[in-house]
Amino acid sequence: MRVVALLRNTWRGLTSMRTALVLLFLLAVAALPGALLPQRSLNAGKAEQFITDNGWWGELLDRLGFFAVYGSVWFSAVYLLLFLSLVGCLTPRTFEYAKSLRAKPVLTPRNLARLPHHAQGSATRDPDAVMATARQRLRGWRLAVREEDDGARSISAERGYLRETGNLVFHFAMLGLIVALAIGKMFNYEGQVVVLANGSEFCNSGTFAYDTFTPGLRVDGTDLDEFCVKVDDFTAHYLPTGQADYFRADLGYQAGADLATGTWRPYALEVNSPLRVEGDRVYLLGNGYAPVFSVTFPGGEKRTGTTQWRTVDNQTYLAEGATKFDPPGISDPAERRRKQLAITGLLAPTAVEHNGALTSGFPDLNDPAVAIDVLRGDLGNESGRGQSIYEVNQSMVDSGRLKRVARENLRPGEELKLDDGTVVRFDGVRRWVYLQVSHDPAQVWVLGFAIVLVLGLGTSLVFKRRRLWVRATPATGDDGDGRTVVVLGGLARTDQAGYGEEFQRFAADLLAELAPDDGDEDPAREDVAAGRET
Amino acid sequence: MPVDETLSRYSDWTYAAAVGVYVLALLFSLVEQAFGRSTRKAAERELVGAGAPVVKPLGEPANAEEDRAGRAERFGRMSVSLIVLGALLHLGALALRGLATGRVPWGNMYEFGATLSLAAVVTWLVLLRRFPIRRLSVWLLLPVIVLMFLGGVVLYTTAAPVQPALQSYWLAIHVFAIALGSGMVLVPGVVSVLYLVKVRRPQWATRLPDAHVLDQVAYRTTVFAFPIYTAGVIFGAIWAESAWGRFWGWDPKETVAFVAWIVYAAYLHSRATAGWRGGRAAVINIVGFAVMIFNLFFINLVIAGLHSYAGL
Repeated sequence: MRVVALLRNTWRGLTSMRTALVLLFLLAVAALPGALLPQRSLNAGKAEQFITDNGWWGELLDRLGFFAVYGSVWFSAVYLLLFLSLVGCLTPRTFEYAKSLRAKPVLTPRNLARLPHHAQGSATRDPDAVMATARQRLRGWRLAVREEDDGARSISAERGYLRETGNLVFHFAMLGLIVALAIGKMFNYEGQVVVLANGSEFCNSGTFAYDTFTPGLRVDGTDLDEFCVKVDDFTAHYLPTGQADYFRADLGYQAGADLATGTWRPYALEVNSPLRVEGDRVYLLGNGYAPVFSVTFPGGEKRTGTTQWRTVDNQTYLAEGATKFDPPGISDPAERRRKQLAITGLLAPTAVEHNGALTSGFPDLNDPAVAIDVLRGDLGNESGRGQSIYEVNQSMVDSGRLKRVARENLRPGEELKLDDGTVVRFDGVRRWVYLQVSHDPAQVWVLGFAIVLVLGLGTSLVFKRRRLWVRATPATGDDGDGRTVVVLGGLARTDQAGYGEEFQRFAADLLAELAPDDGDEDPAREDVAAGRET
Repeated sequence: MPVDETLSRYSDWTYAAAVGVYVLALLFSLVEQAFGRSTRKAAERELVGAGAPVVKPLGEPANAEEDRAGRAERFGRMSVSLIVLGALLHLGALALRGLATGRVPWGNMYEFGATLSLAAVVTWLVLLRRFPIRRLSVWLLLPVIVLMFLGGVVLYTTAAPVQPALQSYWLAIHVFAIALGSGMVLVPGVVSVLYLVKVRRPQWATRLPDAHVLDQVAYRTTVFAFPIYTAGVIFGAIWAESAWGRFWGWDPKETVAFVAWIVYAAYLHSRATAGWRGGRAAVINIVGFAVMIFNLFFINLVIAGLHSYAGL
């Protein structure tokens, strides 16, 4: 019995407005650290840096989930409680709402003068005629006419039911939106990949095709929607200030039957117009440069390498990276590991040289140059550990197994010769694009619920729930013969805002129509003024 | 599209003129605030003027005090005219900026601030027609002038086209809705502070309108602005879906916009909760506006995110 009472009280407490308010505040407070602290999901490097910079304090925050706020236990707890509280609040309100739709407006209060809005006047007609006039003026209101004692009649009128309708629609749409979000988190995925803009292809056939891949909770990377993209060209245009004006990647894509026939359909991919294909979206998120180096080995064999270098300055597109070569025709692994080559350094799309140091003066490919170190030795590829494509393995350099054999600045077409006769030539620069493929089957539902949410919100705030009563009583006393006393009362059920004016206008108009021949002394107006909103 | 530098210069001058006119309006309003009738009398007069047919008080006492009050009131009416003039210049500055750049004039932080403050001023002018709050103009103009001054001096950016991520019709829709919503909630933010003063320190606030008038102004403006702001955030999500690859990614700007939305939702709920109406609700409204300002300045200038663009 006590358990039941405890459960019931907990439920009541949870679904009360006060709790909902507190939970709303908690949600706001819990969301804030995500804006102030670096988040892993947005910038993992920055988050790691922050943790190392702040010692034990950073580690404590990390353990408490402050660098992945929106997946943390405490954030989830707050919104789940809020979700429950919302359900608990909405369920009884829905039933009440359904009941009120069928109910008649409430009985007329005995003393209308006590209401926040009231007015009084007199009419020359009998109560039934007064009711008929009032009824006519109350078109659009829900009405109930009642007979009272002493031959009095009264009307109860109510309108603005749409307020509650809108309010409920808003809250249910929010529930729907949260559910759709959750479903999206189950089945979505997002992958990023760099593709050279020289006719290179990319196929959405598995996680291996991506540089990075973030699956939803129920996605394992198999069974992706099959389609392929070929990047034929990339165009960028910059203003003289260096500000980007537009980016465009000319794509070919194939999906469905096209995959079998090998048909490529063209698409101009731009920043604000993703390619939508097979329920997935392909975005142009970035671009950069890849230097082309060709190496002629002493034996005369030639190898050409085009590896993307990463942009280190977003204003000038200065890039850094490493292009790596395996010497050809050497079968002995130990020997090969003495002769591997890496070309590392900087690439400037518009070269500005200052005492031999290279920087970039403009993001476009006006006057490219590279400042490179050529390293020879063991790249460490066989160490069993993955390594960045943008860097050489520093431990190999530190242990002396990878040595610098040349350092020079080159323009396209220029070359340098190593001590063993190997020739390294800087052929030119290619562009690459950074693409993202996103998949979220529920996002259209999120959108739908969001639209309904705004409509519901608008409706609930525009309409006002309000009540109005008119009572007509036959006048008693000596001079009351044939006259009727008319009393009006009004009550705004939600916020009082603005109802006063509407009520006064109605009262003044009705009383003026009922007593047109009252001359200078207009009792209706006076009473209306006295009953003003306070 | 090249920038028309002549038009852009005219826009800058018009902007400066608008700020100047607002300052003048503030001074005039200050005169009314200082020498006008104290609240009780003024409120009576205003109330009659607001709804029922205007009744001229019979035989206005011709003593010196009344005379001075009458003159002060004239200053008040002139301040309203000046605000209208300032708003027209303000609108002109934005229109010229738009013509100069060939795009909507809210593409960087300076322009956003200008749009936001125009929204606040226009909201105020609309409210002036419905509520007896003319002498509060000082308190509205003060933050508006500070915002416009900061915008014109610290955040100013020369007219230029926007970068590819912003080249979308959503720039017109999303940013305008947000600027409108943010500008409108500036009014309840300020009025709620006055409400708190009126309720908690009535001895300082003899010249402020009734507490319930302040409460009504704050509530009705918030109720109007909230759906606009909500729609603005949703427009932003739709735009983010086509520009950034996801409709919601907890970018710092998005997060704080969400927090502000939650705070305003809490404000609306607080008005339906016993014990939270009045003072507490006013505090929540002020917090909501503080979060908006925090989102505008701190997040844009201090914390890098997707919403930070090179030209601010």
